[in-house]
Parts: sequence; structure tokens; C-alpha cells
Amino acid sequence: MDDILEILENNARIEIEHLAKLTRKRGEEVKKMIKNYEKRGVIVKYKTVINKSRLRDERSVFALIEVRVTPQKDVGFDSIAQRIYRFPEVRSCYLLSGTYDLLLFLEGKDIQEIANFVSEKLAPLSSVKGTTSHFMLKKYKEDGVILVKDGKNKRLAVTY
Amino acid sequence: MVSKRVKKVSHSGIRAFFDLVLGMPEVISLGVGEPDFVTPWRVREKAITSLEEGFTSYTSNKGLKVLREDIAYHLKKKYALRYSPEDEILITTGVSEGLDLALRAILDPKDKVIVVSPHYVAYPALVELNLGEVLFLQTREKEGFKINTKKLEQLLVKYKPKAMILNYPSNPTGITYTENELKKLWRVLSDKEMLIISDEIYEDIFYKESHVCFASLKGAKKKVVLLNGFSKGCAMTGFRIGYACGPKEIIEAMMKIHSFGMLCAPIISQIAASEALKAKKEINLMVKEYKLRRDFIVKELNRIGLHTVMPEGAFYCFSCIEKFKLGDLDFAKALLLQENVAVIPGSAFGISYGGFIRISYANTLENLKEAVVRIERFLKNL
Ligand SMILES: Cc1ncc(COP(=O)(O)O)c(C=O)c1O
Repeated sequence: MDDILEILENNARIEIEHLAKLTRKRGEEVKKMIKNYEKRGVIVKYKTVINKSRLRDERSVFALIEVRVTPQKDVGFDSIAQRIYRFPEVRSCYLLSGTYDLLLFLEGKDIQEIANFVSEKLAPLSSVKGTTSHFMLKKYKEDGVILVKDGKNKRLAVTY
Repeated sequence: MVSKRVKKVSHSGIRAFFDLVLGMPEVISLGVGEPDFVTPWRVREKAITSLEEGFTSYTSNKGLKVLREDIAYHLKKKYALRYSPEDEILITTGVSEGLDLALRAILDPKDKVIVVSPHYVAYPALVELNLGEVLFLQTREKEGFKINTKKLEQLLVKYKPKAMILNYPSNPTGITYTENELKKLWRVLSDKEMLIISDEIYEDIFYKESHVCFASLKGAKKKVVLLNGFSKGCAMTGFRIGYACGPKEIIEAMMKIHSFGMLCAPIISQIAASEALKAKKEINLMVKEYKLRRDFIVKELNRIGLHTVMPEGAFYCFSCIEKFKLGDLDFAKALLLQENVAVIPGSAFGISYGGFIRISYANTLENLKEAVVRIERFLKNL
């Protein structure tokens, strides 16, 4: 992967000038490359990783839902996946090999809200054969980022 | 009570400066001589497992056989160098111990040892503690801090030293040598009756082609003690683990001292070191990160007026402060007190390097960026 992408993947808010210095390119050139990556859909979106468990008054519940479905003629899983991932409650949706087909990540205000989504919207779909819900108890790491606080740097401030 | 030999080794004014830095909690420190990364998880995990499995004993004096074999394999694969794990490799408690052992093994009182300056602080001190005499071979910024072979030749002819300590990539300058430069050096050294102690602890942290091991030069192996370790490349300073490779006779002598003075290196660290030799991917990631930082900091330092030779390895740069008319210690103190940024005065690495400071970029980019802002402000107010 290009240096620019590697740096942006870790820090989307880095200033263009700094990014240019790091990659030894001119600012203009870096801007052009980023624009190009955006156009090609390589860079999809810039988002912020928020550790919601640290917000005092804003609680939310996360759940993983395993979904077994019946694939449809000609379109396989894509069409039923689309039916499902278009629901705004579904934050991520993956097709997997193994004992179930689709894995969904859901976020809701509370357990009730997620339960309602599963029983009222998901389960009734005709291609859905069954679901299993897992509620998340604690997030340790997400997208390569460790969310629990690491200890302070333990080095001495000066050594030879 | 303290011996004359120990009293003679000076600590200089820099100790007090260190204490000053250590007393300031919020400082951005560019004065750290170790990686800012923690040891890769797979290595730490191996150490934890070894404890769980009850590996808490001594090992053979030479070190675990499997680690010696792993090191032999590593050197063969990387440099086509063949050392016998049986009698040409010794596991040490860091390169620090390896260095002390090598000097103790070969030095008689007043034997001379060439130290290339600016140098890692332990070199002259250990030579003196072992009653040897230090011959400083100064390198100059103008020559990219590389050894001038003419000057080296003069020293060799005039003093007939017993040994020379080489270190590349270098602490504190970050410079290193290409294969051709090393061959040129070897041509001057090869016909002399002496030992080359080659401290290659930064071998992994290298930004250009690849590191060339001194012992791998044609004909050099029999006159070289190769010192290496896991502290820097694999971010394992606290494990205290390294190794020495060399001619059988010298390794045997080093082993003798080691068996009485240290017994063996810690078994947990030895097991972890074996794993570290497999952590190529983790090491490469760290090196990539150092390179980004180097590119950033060197360009910035030069821009704000601190002339800096481009380092090709390690994580240091040695910046010139001569034009600011302030001694290195005063410069470092003022920078610390005014801007809360710590650097190491150049004279720590050789008395004639008071016109320099050592900047370590083993720190996050955010910190480096902020440090540059502060140093620039500091220089403007000078
Ligand atoms: C050039 C050099 N040699 C040796 C050492 C010490 O290494 P170890 O941790 O293996 O004792 C250092 C550490 O700063 C160093 O910079």
C-alpha cells in the first residue's frame, strides 16, 4: 500500500503539509493523489473511532447477529444481503463461510431496540432461515485500535 | 575505598543534566536511547509462556543451544556467515556485557584500543575500566562522520593498538557504511595484528540497501568479534539479551569470564530472543515507522537551522549547533527549561563534539512535530 494511504488509515486528520513532508512529495501532488484515491473509491470515507463506553450519558448496545439464509436463484446471496444491509440499524454486514451465512453488527439504544429489529424486521424476511444474537459485553479492540487504555510510557526520559 | 581505576572514569557534568530532565514530568524527550515501541507481542507472549512452563533455571554458560543455533542460522542466511553454535557464539546479557567481556578477554594494562568518535558512551569507559588506553579517532561532520582511512592508518602505524571498536549504524550519528566503504576500511586493517570489535546492535534499523556485517568481508572473520543483540531492532532493552560471535579462542576466553561473573544470561530472555529472530514482520513495521520519522525530523531540523547529516540507520541524528554560540550543555539546559524539550549534549559522545546535540527520533510523530515547533521558537529567541 502507498505511504499516503498507510498514514491516512491511521490518522485521517493529518495536515496535507505534514503528509507531504512525511512522504517527501509536494503538497499539491499529495492533494491530487488523495483526490484520485477518493474518485477511484479506494478512500471511501473518513471517520472517527469513538469509544462510546467512555461517554457517561450516552449508552448504546452492540450486537452480533448470525443469519442463516436461503440463497436465491441467479443472484445468490447478494440480493438478500442487500435487503438486510440497507437497514440503517445494520452497521456492518459480511458474508461468511461456515455454519451461518451473514454476520451483522448492530447498534441500538438498548437490548429491546435490537430485539425488536431482529424479531420484527429481520426474522420475518422470507429468505431468512434463522438468527442467533450475541450481545457485546465489552470492546477491547476495534479496527486494529486497542480501546482499553494502555499503560503510560515506561521509558526513562534520557538514556545514552 | 573506591579503586583509582574506577575513580578515573568520569561521569562529567551531564549526569546533573540528566537528573534535571528526570525531574521534569511533562518534557518531550528527544534524549532517549531506546525504542518507544514495546517489545512485539509474540515475543512477550513467548516470555510469559516460558514462565508458565517453569523455565526459571540457569542455562549452560554459553546460553541455550537452540538460541545459539537460531543465531547461527540467522547469520548464515542474512550474511552467508558461518559461526559454529558450539564454540563461536556466546549469549550475553546485552551487547553491554559482550563489549566488556571482549575487552576483558584481550586487554593487558596499557594496551591501546581505538574508539571512533563521536562514540557510544560506554566504549572509552569500559576500555579504561579494563586498564586499557583509549585512542580516539575523531570523525568530522564534513566527512559525514565517517572514518578517514588516512588518519586511521596513522594511528595504526604509530600506536599498534590491540583492538578497535567499530559501531555502525552509529549511536550517536546514525551514519553507517556501504560495503565498499567497509572494504576500504578492511584493506587498512587487514594486515595488522589486532582485533576488530564490531558493535552492530542497530543492524535491523537501516534505511537504505541493507546492513553489511563486518565479519562477512573476505578474510575478516578471524579478526572480528561481532557484537549484537535484541535491544534495538526488536525493542527489547529491558530483556538484557545479546550475543557475541568470534574466533574460538576469544569466545572461549570471554566465556570463562562470563561463567564466573554472570553465569548465564536470563533464561526467559534467551527464550524470548529465539522468538525475536522470527519477528521479521514486526521489526520491519517499526523500521518503516522510524524511516517516516527520520525523513520528517531531518528535513525539519535542517529547515530551522540545525544542520544535520542524513542518518542512514539507528534512530538518532547529530545536529550542529556551532553557529548559536552556546555550549552544548547550556544549549540543552536552556532548551529544556524554556521549551520543555530534552536533547543530549554532544560532548557526552566525545569531548570535541560540544558543537552538537544528539536528537533521538524514537518518539511519536506528534511529539516530534511539537518538538520542532518548540525548537524553532527557541532558536528564534536565542
Ligand atoms: C551502540 C550501542 N551499543 C550497545 C548498547 C547497549 O546495548 P544492550 O542493551 O544490548 O546492552 C547501546 C545502547 O544504547 C548502543 O547504543
